[in-house]
Amino acid sequence: MLVSVYRYNPETDNAPYMQDIELEVPAGKDLMVLDILNLLKEKDPSLAYRRSCREGVCGSDGLNMNGKNGLGCITPMSEVVKKDKLVIRPLPGLPVIRDLVVDMTLFYQQYEKVQPYLINDQPAPAIERLQSPEDREKLDGLYECILCACCSTSCPSFWWNPEKFIGPAGLIQAYRFLADSRDQAQAERLANLDDPFSVFRCRGIMNCVSVCPKGLNPTKAIGHIRNLLLQRAT
Amino acid sequence: MAVSSITNLGRSGAYDWMVQRVTAYVLALYTLFLLGFLLFTDVDYASWGALFHQTWFRIFSLMALISMGAHAWVGLWTVTTDYVKATAPRFLIQALCGTAMFVYVVWGVQILWGH
Repeated sequence: MLVSVYRYNPETDNAPYMQDIELEVPAGKDLMVLDILNLLKEKDPSLAYRRSCREGVCGSDGLNMNGKNGLGCITPMSEVVKKDKLVIRPLPGLPVIRDLVVDMTLFYQQYEKVQPYLINDQPAPAIERLQSPEDREKLDGLYECILCACCSTSCPSFWWNPEKFIGPAGLIQAYRFLADSRDQAQAERLANLDDPFSVFRCRGIMNCVSVCPKGLNPTKAIGHIRNLLLQRAT
Repeated sequence: MAVSSITNLGRSGAYDWMVQRVTAYVLALYTLFLLGFLLFTDVDYASWGALFHQTWFRIFSLMALISMGAHAWVGLWTVTTDYVKATAPRFLIQALCGTAMFVYVVWGVQILWGH
């Protein structure tokens, strides 16, 4: 199989380039893309990429594989390899630190903006803040996000305005706290989202939905936020 | 912290969003009406003139014209903020779009009520 990997070492390379490597893949096994990277690293230890849990939980190995973002560790070859060729690039739209490792600062700055924590000034009860099963259910499909950045880096609105548009990952978290019955800061949260960029730069193209390795739907969450903003203002 | 912006139509994203939707409905209605008129009326100078002679149609036309201006401003503002990164050219293009929008609306009023 031919594997084409994006390589860039700012200390030695003038510009990024694609390195083509012919790789012997063990027969009869449907390896994950992360396994392929591990095989490549045995050949060339200078290849840099992030990985940790190797089971789709930590969100470290977000990559662009044959043009589509996903987690290398849970994406089988059979799903992405086309015509015996695999092209691996870093997540698009973020600055590359080295090879497949990107600088996630902009992504985290947008995440930070939505205040991704419970805001409740009431004195904490002795045991815990209770929530009805129905209210708890409202958080399903929101809290599971692992912040791998596959969605935001597949979003053209985030590519063009990464410092202004919060992006699908940040917005699904924003709605996770807007929808939480225990949170008391809904008004302030919405006031911070009402500008023309933070939420409304979403044009609903749903790349985020198509790439999310956890099967979440950020576009739907953004729709809910938009409805809250419209209700608040009409 | 909310992102600040002073060149979009309203100060809020929700406002721009609402304007874009409402004006879209007005433009769709106007387009459908004109299509129907062209299909089911024998169009000549007399019938066309009679249509534009009626006050309700002049009001409808002006509403469509203003909707077009607002709709185009929200849309083109979005396109320029996506694709034109340098402030000076972006502001210049936005100023040109705004001027065109204003000229069309005033010119339209003149056409509709000038004679």
